[in-house]
Amino acid sequence: MTNTASSFLSSLLQRLHIDAWLMVGLIVLMGTGLVTIYSAGGEDIGLIHKQVTRLGIGLAVMFFCAQIPIHFYRSIAPIFYLVGVFLLVAVLFIGVEGKGAQRWLDLGFMRFQPSEILKLFVPMTIAWYLSQEPLPPKLKHVLIGFLLVLIPALFIARQPDLGTALLIASSGLFALFLAGLSWRIITVSTVLAISFIPVMWFFLMKAYQKQRVITFLNPESDPLGAGYHIIQSKIAIGSGGISGKGWLKGSQSQLEFLPERHTDFIFSVFSEEFGLIGVLLLLALYGFIIVRGLIIAGRSQFIFCKLLAGSITLTFFVYVFVNIGMVSGLLPVVGVPLPLVSYGGTSMVTLLAGFGIVMAVATQKKVVSR
Amino acid sequence: MAKRRQAMRDYTAEDKLFLRRAFIAACLVAVIFGVLLLNMYQLQIVSFEDYQTRADGNRIKVVPIAPNRGLIYDRNGVLLAENRPSFSLRMVKEQIREIDDTVAELSELLVINDEQLQEIRDSIKNARRFQPVTILDNLNEEQVAKFSAQQHRFSGMFVEAGLTRYYPYADALTHVLGYIAKINEQNLESIALRGQTSNYAATRFIGKQGIERYYEDRLHGSVGYKQVEVDNKGRELRVLSVEEPIPGEDLVLNIDVQLQLFIQSIMREKRGSVVVSDPSIGQILAMFSNPSYDPNLFVRGISQKAYNKLIQNTDRPLLNRAVQGQYPPASLIKPHLALLGLEYGVISENSKIHDPGYYQLPEVSHRWRDWKKTGHGHVDVKYSIEVSCDTFFYELAYKLGIDTIHEYMTQFGFGLYTEIDLVEETDGNMPSRGWKQARFNQPWYIGDTISIGIGQGYWTATPIQLLNSLNTLLNDGVRHIPQILRGSLSQGSLLEQGISEFPPISVLQPRHWEHVRESMRDTVGLPHGTAYGAYRNAKYSSGGKTGTAQLFTVGQDEDVDEIEIADYLKDNAMYFGYAPVDIPEISVMVALENAGGGGSNAAPLARQVMDYYLLDRTSRDATIAQQKVKFND
Repeated sequence: MTNTASSFLSSLLQRLHIDAWLMVGLIVLMGTGLVTIYSAGGEDIGLIHKQVTRLGIGLAVMFFCAQIPIHFYRSIAPIFYLVGVFLLVAVLFIGVEGKGAQRWLDLGFMRFQPSEILKLFVPMTIAWYLSQEPLPPKLKHVLIGFLLVLIPALFIARQPDLGTALLIASSGLFALFLAGLSWRIITVSTVLAISFIPVMWFFLMKAYQKQRVITFLNPESDPLGAGYHIIQSKIAIGSGGISGKGWLKGSQSQLEFLPERHTDFIFSVFSEEFGLIGVLLLLALYGFIIVRGLIIAGRSQFIFCKLLAGSITLTFFVYVFVNIGMVSGLLPVVGVPLPLVSYGGTSMVTLLAGFGIVMAVATQKKVVSR
Repeated sequence: MAKRRQAMRDYTAEDKLFLRRAFIAACLVAVIFGVLLLNMYQLQIVSFEDYQTRADGNRIKVVPIAPNRGLIYDRNGVLLAENRPSFSLRMVKEQIREIDDTVAELSELLVINDEQLQEIRDSIKNARRFQPVTILDNLNEEQVAKFSAQQHRFSGMFVEAGLTRYYPYADALTHVLGYIAKINEQNLESIALRGQTSNYAATRFIGKQGIERYYEDRLHGSVGYKQVEVDNKGRELRVLSVEEPIPGEDLVLNIDVQLQLFIQSIMREKRGSVVVSDPSIGQILAMFSNPSYDPNLFVRGISQKAYNKLIQNTDRPLLNRAVQGQYPPASLIKPHLALLGLEYGVISENSKIHDPGYYQLPEVSHRWRDWKKTGHGHVDVKYSIEVSCDTFFYELAYKLGIDTIHEYMTQFGFGLYTEIDLVEETDGNMPSRGWKQARFNQPWYIGDTISIGIGQGYWTATPIQLLNSLNTLLNDGVRHIPQILRGSLSQGSLLEQGISEFPPISVLQPRHWEHVRESMRDTVGLPHGTAYGAYRNAKYSSGGKTGTAQLFTVGQDEDVDEIEIADYLKDNAMYFGYAPVDIPEISVMVALENAGGGGSNAAPLARQVMDYYLLDRTSRDATIAQQKVKFND
């Protein structure tokens, strides 16, 4: 009886293109997010309503993306990539400014951020490109791959939106890495990237971005701005101790010493109220999702699917790392949310769309012979 | 081919490669998670007690204090923009039990209108938790008294004394000073972009127009902050330390407010602008654009109704005509073109033409009319400037050609920003072949050039550009950046602002400058001159040029006098002049919209300004002495 029930369930999930393990991980994560937002947002149920709506939309998009056959993704990847880059150029010229950066296109009925779709189509295009030739890729293909990553990343960095540029660059680079990029090239390009830092500082970074780095190196230099925020964030995390102060009881969060509590700094609220034990569980949850994603990638039959699912999963990891690193003082402040936990953000829908693609990879029909 | 390549691929090896890489990536993830956890261990276990103490002792909040905005004085030390004590009503949302009831009671007590009530509700909605928020600005004395008497009914609300910007000369100086108003969403973005977010943490107002906007950074000052102890509800208990804010700079303008007020008094009922400068270095002594409006309305927060009225006013009071009005420069640019003609040898000081009352190109039937139907007869360049003969300049422009004219007039600053210290400035248009091609996708016709000869056609200029070009003529080709700011006050002493100039316009014959200036002198001084009537019996020597800009094209065979022209198509009256002739102390630009001829309408106004400035000085200085703040030397 139980046997038939479970096999019925698994065949149903297979038919709906849902990967059960991944789904469970994501749902638990979203639940954790809602619980923390409720506390961070001053017990404002309105915020929860909005977030649940957004999650609902995100899950619908995920479900939709999971239904699309993989070969279809493969055939549209380069076209959407070109469209995305074209839209980025359009943003540069006719984009709408908001929060000090030019990121949006005004479509009349809504504002649209082209960099979001590139978060998916950059890794997809790299995967498409590299899977055409035997792996590991030859130097020529590696160089073209680098170019495909750099063009959109630089446009987005110019908007300026360093957080998104970083995420897009890493998604493409992970695809290259997984494809077997030689260690020599990895070493050389790391050295090149480091020597590029002064160029960025003097020619590319805007005043406020430099300010963030200065603040990161010396938090006391800006006692009213980001430096103060980082100090307060560390106090919140540290005072959580092993078991935390309890839900709704974090003094740092509730007395508003923390900035951006329900968005970028939600991890500080979480660690203050749930302590190291909570943090361990949360990281375990993230680890579980990442490992599951990699397993799906590894089990897939096609190189394109492997590279795509692998790089989407690893980009998800970059979100986690950058956000937690930032709020705990290991990295400078870059506007990257804690994925699926932070309140709001267009990025949530994109993230879930990405997991939809991973599920499409997980549940595709096996081909017996190549 | 493709098939064979596929067949050659070693899929097993590729799978292995991928698995190896995925494994390495997983290890990387594990290592980085380890680093994050190690850091958490450090924060939450090792330093736990330290952070716990800090969190418990974290009853200390840093509260920003806004700096006082710098004051603005005129050149004689008369205060033009001040900070007046004012009272505002503030509240902390969390300390009020029934907000809706409280607000209703409050509106009854203080007699608050619906628009204000909506604003109060909005500010309460946007209030940050446990942070006091201002809900009502500029309480009058009666309101303060009433509220203080009933304070016990409104716990969580309090009256706070502060400073509000006030412009005592109201609409007389609006277009120069501009105003400050509440910081809006857009301002916040530009503040963030300049990396100034911390500096504006406590600031609620920002320069939106004029000098207040242009010198925002200098007037604003630097934020201070205080550390306050708060209880577990976030209420302030006591102040622990204060880092005082640094007030903004006090600025001194070149503007002479007495002169400005005089100009306002003679501009009543007129639409246009008057700009006065010290020609030697291009400092702006007065700049008035009519109609104007009261900037204090914007500081207080203008009501939607009053704002709509300003926007919908067809006379456009919000426009600063002195720097934003773009007019055909008309005959005012004849001296400049004459200089160019002499320089290029197209004409000489003695060469004459015959003016039958129109200009005609060989084998073209079109006639370009002179303003004088019967013509001026045989005229040389000097006489042509004095009587403003059009035919002479039609021919001159034809001979020079648009390319030469464009290049040379650009050096006088036409088509370029003068870089005056007002963000609102526009640049007018100095047309060229390339411009017309780009704008209309049409080639440049000879007829276009001929209109340029009398400052009509595609050529437009702002009054400040025209005045600056006159000053350039007076300074042998040295063009200054016109400046409203004179300097700043530092401990009572005036620190003068530097003066910047462009490289001088090169001429082969310095004598040509003199010749053109003589023509302008005689435009005023000789009976046939177009400004003679306006300056009859003046007690000083003066020079100038009249201009009448046509906004309406008369048909080839029509008679101008017989046509009834709508008001808004009537000619613009223009004049610029200077005095005294030898060493000019003052230059004046008058542009009146739809007022008729320049000689009879604009020039008399310029004369009044010069009379006032050069002759009534003693009585003026006496009034100033009563008001001014003395600058140390």
